[in-house]
Formats: sequence, C-alpha cells, structure tokens
Amino acid sequence: MSTPDLFDIAQKEAEAQGAFISTVLCCGSTACLTSGGQAARDAVDEVVASNGLERDVRVVSTGCMGLCSRGPLVKVRRRGEDEVLYADVDGAAAREIAERHVVGGEAVEHGQLSLDHPFFARQVRVVLEHLGEHDPNRIEDYILRGGYKALERAVLEMTPEAVVDEVLKSGLRGRGGGGYPAGNKWSLLAKAPGDDKSVIANGDEGDPGAYMDRTVMEDDPHRVLEGLALCAYATGATRGFIYVRAEYPVAVRRLEQAIRQAKRNKVLGKSIFGTDFAFDVEIRIGAGAFVCGEETALMASIMGGRGTPVLRPPYPTERGLWGNPSLIQNVETLANVPTILNRGAEWFASIGTERSRGTKVFALAGKLENTGLIEVPMGITLREIVEDIGGGVAGGRPFKAAQTGGPSGGCIPAKHLDTSMDYESLQALGSIMGSGGLIVMDDEVKMPEVARFFMQFCMDESCGKCLPCRAGTHELHELLKKVCAGEGTLLDLDRLETLCEVVRDNSLCGLGQTAPNPVLSTLHYFREEYEALVAGAAVPQASAQPGVNAQDGSA
Amino acid sequence: MADQRTTPTAGAERPTPAAKAAAAGNGSAEDPREKMLTTQLKKVRYRADALIEVLHAVQDIYGFLDPVQLLRVATELQLPPSRVLGVATFYHLFTFEPKGEHTCTVCTGTACFVKGADELIAAVERELGVPEGQTREDGVLSLLQARCVGACGLAPVALVDGVVVGKATSDMLLTALDKAGVGPMADGGAS
Repeated sequence: MSTPDLFDIAQKEAEAQGAFISTVLCCGSTACLTSGGQAARDAVDEVVASNGLERDVRVVSTGCMGLCSRGPLVKVRRRGEDEVLYADVDGAAAREIAERHVVGGEAVEHGQLSLDHPFFARQVRVVLEHLGEHDPNRIEDYILRGGYKALERAVLEMTPEAVVDEVLKSGLRGRGGGGYPAGNKWSLLAKAPGDDKSVIANGDEGDPGAYMDRTVMEDDPHRVLEGLALCAYATGATRGFIYVRAEYPVAVRRLEQAIRQAKRNKVLGKSIFGTDFAFDVEIRIGAGAFVCGEETALMASIMGGRGTPVLRPPYPTERGLWGNPSLIQNVETLANVPTILNRGAEWFASIGTERSRGTKVFALAGKLENTGLIEVPMGITLREIVEDIGGGVAGGRPFKAAQTGGPSGGCIPAKHLDTSMDYESLQALGSIMGSGGLIVMDDEVKMPEVARFFMQFCMDESCGKCLPCRAGTHELHELLKKVCAGEGTLLDLDRLETLCEVVRDNSLCGLGQTAPNPVLSTLHYFREEYEALVAGAAVPQASAQPGVNAQDGSA
Repeated sequence: MADQRTTPTAGAERPTPAAKAAAAGNGSAEDPREKMLTTQLKKVRYRADALIEVLHAVQDIYGFLDPVQLLRVATELQLPPSRVLGVATFYHLFTFEPKGEHTCTVCTGTACFVKGADELIAAVERELGVPEGQTREDGVLSLLQARCVGACGLAPVALVDGVVVGKATSDMLLTALDKAGVGPMADGGAS
C-alpha cells in the first residue's frame, strides 16, 4: 500500500485511454490559446456532447505542439488509422473537423499539415517528447509514458554514485547557457559535507526572447520534478526548490499541482518508493529581475533578499542556501535526466557532437515562415534550422543574422550559416549557445539598433552592485543611442569598443561580463552599418558647420 | 478593486482611510483586505525568507505596495523596514503606485522588438494619451512594458487586462482596448 505501483497506475490509465475510439488532441499552449484555441476546443466538446459520444471520444488539451505560428493546432487520432494534424483551426474549422472526421470518420482535406513537414521531421525530441501528446494536468498520463520509472529504478536498484556516474557518462551539459558539465556539479555536491543540502531548478528564464523552460514547466511538470528528485537522490540532498519567474503564472500553477499529485502518489515526500529517501520540493516565485538567473543572485532571492550576486568562489556546492551546499541546474538540463537513466548514457551520448551531447530546445522566433518551439540534435547547422525547420525567412527576404543567447549572446551573420550548433562553435563566433532563444533577422533589421536594444535591457537589469556594470552599461547605452541617432563619430565607435572590454573584464557577475557581447559581435560582423551611421555626423562635426550650411544653401 | 478605482481620482494619496471608511459599515472597523493579508502571512508561517511571496500578496490584495502595508510586513516578519523596502524596490514587478482601471502591457522582448513593439507603444501613447510606464490622469489606463511574456511565436504581443493580443497591429490593439472600455481621454483629447 505504501509504495506506489507504477505498473498498476500505467495499466489502469492505458485501459481507460484504450476504451476510447478516438482522441482529439487540442494544443493548449499560450500561443494556441491566444489565437483561438479555446474556441476550437469548445467546438469539439460541443460536437462530441451533442452526438452523445463522450464515452467514445477523448478530448485533451495538451502541451505545446511546437509550430506556434500555425496555431491553433488540433490532432485527431482514430483507432487503427494514421493520425492527422490540422493547422490554423478556428472555431468553425474545429466544428467541421469534429463533425466530419471525429464523428463521420472521414478526414477533412483542407488545413491538414503533413507530419513529414520538415518542421517536425528534422526534430529529435527528448525533453519535449510528451508535448502535444499527453495531458500535463494528470500524473497518470505521465506515468503511462514511463514517468517516474527512472526514479523508481534509481532509488530501488542504484546507488547514488551510480546515478552520478550515468549523468557523467552521458556528457550532459548545463542548458542554461554556461554549458558546465552536469555530472561534475553533481559529484561536487555529492562529495560536499553536511546533511542539509539543497538542489534548485532554475526556471528564471530571463532571456527576453525565449520560452523553452516555461513550456517544459507548464507542459511536462512531472518531468522537471523527476529530474530534480533524481538529482537529489544522487547528491544526497533533502530539499528542493524550483525558482520560477512571476511572469509565468501557469507554470507555477501546474508545478504546484504536480507536486501535490506526486506526494499523493508517494513519488515525492517522505519514504519515496518505500525507502528511507525523503525529498520535498518548494516553489519560489521571482519578481522580475534578470540577474536572478545568476546562481548566487538566485539563491539570495530564494532566501527573500535582493537578488544581488556575490563573488564566486565559494561556489554554491560549497556554500549555498543558508550557508549549506547547494546545486543549481537549469530546468531543461534536469528534464533530460529521466530519459538519460531510462535509455542509458550511451544512447544519450550518441546524439549530438563529440563535446556537445544530446539535444537542445530552441525558441525559434523572428522573421521566419515557421516559428515555435523546436528540439534538435546538437551539431545541426544553423542553415538547417533556418531553411528547413524555419521554412526560410518570411516573405522571401534575405537572411541577415541569427541572434542566440539573448542579451548575453551575439549575432551570427549569413556567411556563417553552416555553423554547427554546439557550445564551442558558437563561442568561436563570438556568440553563445545561451538558454535557447534563437531570433532570426532579415535585411530590414538595423544591427546597431539591436545592440542598443540589448544594452538598454542590461542597463535596466543591472543590479547596481558593481561599478563596471552599473555605470558601464549606462555609458554604453548612451554611446549607442548617440550612434543610432546619427550623432556619433568614428571616435565614439572606438570608445564603444574600449568600454566594452572594460565592462566585460571587470564586472562581478555574468550579467556585466556578457553585456558587451551583442555590441562586440555586431561591431565585428556589421561594422559597415555603424560606420554608415557615424559617417553622416563625423564629417560636419570634424570640419565644423560650413559643409552642412553649404549643402543646405545649394539645395 | 472598486474602491481603488475611486482613490486615485480622489486626489490625496491615502487609500487606507478611505477604504477603511468604506469597510467600516459593519461595526468592526477592520478592512477586509487586512484579514486577507493575515491569511497569507499565516500561510507562509511568518517566515522572513518568504518576504517576496508576502510582497506579491500585498500587491495582489491592495493593487500596489502601500507604505503602510510595507511597515506592517516588516513588523510581522520581524525584519527592519529598510530590508523590506530594499527588496521591494529591487524587483521590477512591484509597484508603489496604484495602477489604472485597465492595463495595457506591451511585450518588448527581442522577438517583439524585431517585429515592431515600438509602434504599438507609440500608437497607444498617441491615440489614448497615456505615456509609457504611467497611468493616465483620469486613472482609466496604465501603459506598461513587459520583458517577454513567452509567446514569441506570436510576436509582437500585447496584453489588455491580462488577455493576450497576438501578432498585434496598432489597430488590433486599439480595437481591443476600445472593447475593454478604454476610449480617448474625455477632455483635451487628440487635436
């Protein structure tokens, strides 16, 4: 009685789901709901009810199906038939699909989206494997798909050291941007003395153009919990925290619900799977501060303080929450762990490149035909993402640059489209993998404006603790504003570069150290745009007004 | 909500007495919102490290961080008032002024920036007479920015009273605001 029988739960769920003749999966992610997804779902429900088919048709609001720009998306699956995916399903289209396909048994020809579409076919789904398939509100649906099996096996059959070993062997690296090997962190915490250790899931997705972690937390919350519990078991931690941005209320609600369900099913809490392993998870909500994505700032915020970072070392694994050893891992990193244990480190390591194993989730946005959430094997080229998955630049315009890593990252110009998307290659180009924001820009976007946009962001978000960042980002923003307004000089470009180096080399934490990246990278690849902006101003300023007056007079 | 609506236009900055007066009808001179906050404080067991959660609760209940309530939080959590104010001023989501009856939040994340969020802000500023980051004089509308609401596939995005308007154009946004009941200022509108 006291130990959960996963097999039993899964079997009951399979029977319950198998009793339905067809299943209608309606994408319930923010993007689809905003573009009329609720009307679609309501229409399907209505048709099912009016035909009295509640016992034959299961209607589910699933997690994000990925192709956000073509939403609302609806998938119809009938027993013994191939599934059909419909795009741009408004209320009327949903009614037609429900009446003709679900009730009548004949697929509607228009609005179908082939599952061989390169957007789907080129992806490899590990972290997102359940999205668009299951109901994120039900633990039973997660268990049916093999959920908590990894935790069960780890707790009952593996030593903590063996779990750490498996993660080490998989080559999994931090998905929050830094790319530090997860296994190394885990073994550091495992070896740290003390019996009050904490593990923290970092869901403070601050990059203003990324929503991977939000989607994982909202649409597969149990996967995050299982990853965190595995991390706790492997490292000897007894307390867990999930730090979520306050901007993500749905994620908070789904995680709270998942924690309650997990405790009720004894996969979380005291004596997990009947062993003496106990682990509890608390949710902490941020309040809008980009810097809280930094480890030490995040911990300060969890303890109810201002989110100002402190110098490392000591690293959190030595002195973290309330002075005790702690470990912080990004949500996506943790979401990989259950699959690594289920399918083995070798399997995981076979995906990706030599030094960047596994997959990466990207929030593909900007001026592309197809935008949305994608998961690709590392080592895929940027060209494949942009041209195949993204369907090329919208409106057939020329590709100018892709921005990765948000305010800490850089731009990749067209000549480097064949770059392999892995940690090292991106760094060599002056960008970073980042947390997964990937924004494509066409020829209409002005790069100095982009640099100014990111610098304004960093200036607003600087916590103000150290001078290079507090004053430096402000001065950099002033210079960029001047240049963008066409009032700068060539000298200002030199000043910009020098100051960038000062801020990069002297700031206390990652925010300041990386804030100059967007400027340096656009200056490197698109210097001619900056020069064109200052050219107009440089001449009249250098040789005084006469030139301008003469021009005015002649006009 | 209802009494907050009247306080900003009443001029003075003393919402608590006004609210108290409104709630005092029933003999026990207690503002029901005080009880709501007490419930929240009990929920976190008056722990000092729950300060951010408590501040969220104050803002949910009162609409903004009223200095009177900040002092109460400091006393209840046994923290120096300076610490409470320090934390409250650090985070962007906390506000020290009551918001307007309606809010329009324009996302200024990277995807929205690339797709023209600036134009949305300019249109609302111009047509409805409210400067970005502020509340209109008549207290009807606040215009705010958000750092990415996580709907980048639908950029540019704006929220009208929390409801997302995706792939927004200036016209769409103004129509949504109009539907929510926000028109141009009654007097001294655009000329």
